[in-house]
Amino acid sequence: MSFDIEQLRGDFPILHQQVYDRPLAYLDNAATTQKPKAVIDAVRHYYERDNANVHRGVHALSERATAAYEAAREKLRALVNAASSHEIIFTRGATEAINLVASSWGNTHIGAGDEVLVSEMEHHSDIVPWQMLCERVGATLKVLPINDAGELCMEQLDDLLNERTKLVGIVHLSNALGTINPVADIITKAHAVGARVLVDGAQAVAHMAVDVQALDCDFYVTSAHKMYGPTGIGLLYGKETLLEVMPPYQGGGDMITMVTFEETQYNELPYKFEAGTPNIAGTIGFGAAVDWLNDNGIANIAAHEQSLLAYAIGQAEAFDGLRIIGTAASKATVLSFTLQGVHPHDLGTILDREGIAIRAGHHCAMPVMQHFGVPATARASFAAYNTKAEIDALFEALGRARDLFA
Amino acid sequence: MFDLRDLYQQVIVDHNKSPRNFGKLDACSHEADGYNPLCGDKLHVYLQLSDAGIVEDVAFEGEGCAISIASASLMTEAIKGKPVADFEALFRDFQHMVTSDLAEQPDDERLGKLAVLGGVREFPSRIKCATLCWHTMRSAVQGSHNTPAKTE
Ligand SMILES: Cc1ncc(COP(=O)(O)O)c(C=O)c1O
Repeated sequence: MSFDIEQLRGDFPILHQQVYDRPLAYLDNAATTQKPKAVIDAVRHYYERDNANVHRGVHALSERATAAYEAAREKLRALVNAASSHEIIFTRGATEAINLVASSWGNTHIGAGDEVLVSEMEHHSDIVPWQMLCERVGATLKVLPINDAGELCMEQLDDLLNERTKLVGIVHLSNALGTINPVADIITKAHAVGARVLVDGAQAVAHMAVDVQALDCDFYVTSAHKMYGPTGIGLLYGKETLLEVMPPYQGGGDMITMVTFEETQYNELPYKFEAGTPNIAGTIGFGAAVDWLNDNGIANIAAHEQSLLAYAIGQAEAFDGLRIIGTAASKATVLSFTLQGVHPHDLGTILDREGIAIRAGHHCAMPVMQHFGVPATARASFAAYNTKAEIDALFEALGRARDLFA
Repeated sequence: MFDLRDLYQQVIVDHNKSPRNFGKLDACSHEADGYNPLCGDKLHVYLQLSDAGIVEDVAFEGEGCAISIASASLMTEAIKGKPVADFEALFRDFQHMVTSDLAEQPDDERLGKLAVLGGVREFPSRIKCATLCWHTMRSAVQGSHNTPAKTE
């Protein structure tokens, strides 16, 4: 498979536009990626040809919609190498998937005196649901710290894990720092004390091959919109043995086999966790995004992004007054930084007027900002379609921002 | 064509670099916190009123973008030495300027130097940066100490 960047950019209609009379350089991919035509077409095709409710119709359209919906589940199963498609639960996104686990599994497996361990670099979505759970049940939230390179302090892990630890929540690829965490190691150690591990793969899946069986994680979550798919759809992978015994998260249609006013029998996996009419179009688009990723090859995309990141880091290191936030040995796709004398928010505005879209803020990881003693950072994050020319444009614009405030 | 200098006028750049009335007031009659969760801007304002209701001294501290620091700096200059009773009118004039139609010229006579912040109208996502200090000062003036001011 060859990786032809011009051809690949041609797949993304949105990239070919001017913003404030400048060519758009979209460098905010950690917030959300753009969508290839194949994904847009799959969603449109569904609405134009197949729109019907799933799992309940007896007519042709419903059968086609159901087939496409379930085909997406199988594509995702294969992408993350789950053992069974029963283990793939569609959710609204990574956030809802974590909340599902914190409610359903957490309420039944975590009690007073137990501990939940998360890292200092978690996204708020992998902190707040656990905090809420701990508050509900009287458990304690523990934190695995990071060092000044933005890497986990792995040497402290053994001390933090003990027989009270019931769950470890860990981000695979940090959206704020770009750090790739040694999740396999963490999982092995957590399992040794009997804890379960949820891996937050919201950022990871578009940028690296993920194999949930090789990792042996108990839960894995991600969002379609960060991997070239639609918003409002994501997934929870859970080991079948765990999902089997977990109570439903929400009640409603589709998640039952029989309802009387005295009693309800819940549906089997994965439907037990998919109450109500799901995001059918989004799921079908999610499946198309997986096809697009496979067609281009995650390994090819990752290699391209690594070369972009190395190029950007090289320029960043040579740029006067620029401080890179997150210098882990193992990182991907994210360049988070501050520029002396220019607040990230001002940078965001100035770059925007040059057609360059970046993120400025705390990236839903306020503890990371606190660790580095900054209120916010500017963040450029790369995807398959970005180019070195866009990175050149970024640094030229940073130079102009610096001059404006000189 | 629009120039970034319309937003980042030299006055704003200067006030950002060396904000006026920056720091603590040891003796103050009113104070308040302001916080913009979107960009993490944090301000604390202090106000010392005389018995006659004159702003004898005013100061602010905190961190934020150039727009929010410059706006706070300019605000303190604008209200220092004036009757606190005038604050509400100035608050409204400022609020009006940063949310009004672009075609409308800022009222230099009423706003004085504050008019340099009129450029934020071009940047909807930045209006809150300019108004945070005003909301914060307003809650200090109204004496509602306990809830940090927000820009909503
Ligand atoms: C690391 C990480 N986890 C979780 C999330 C939450 O994803 P979503 O908002 O799609 O549910 C994000 C999104 O920014 C993220 O970057």
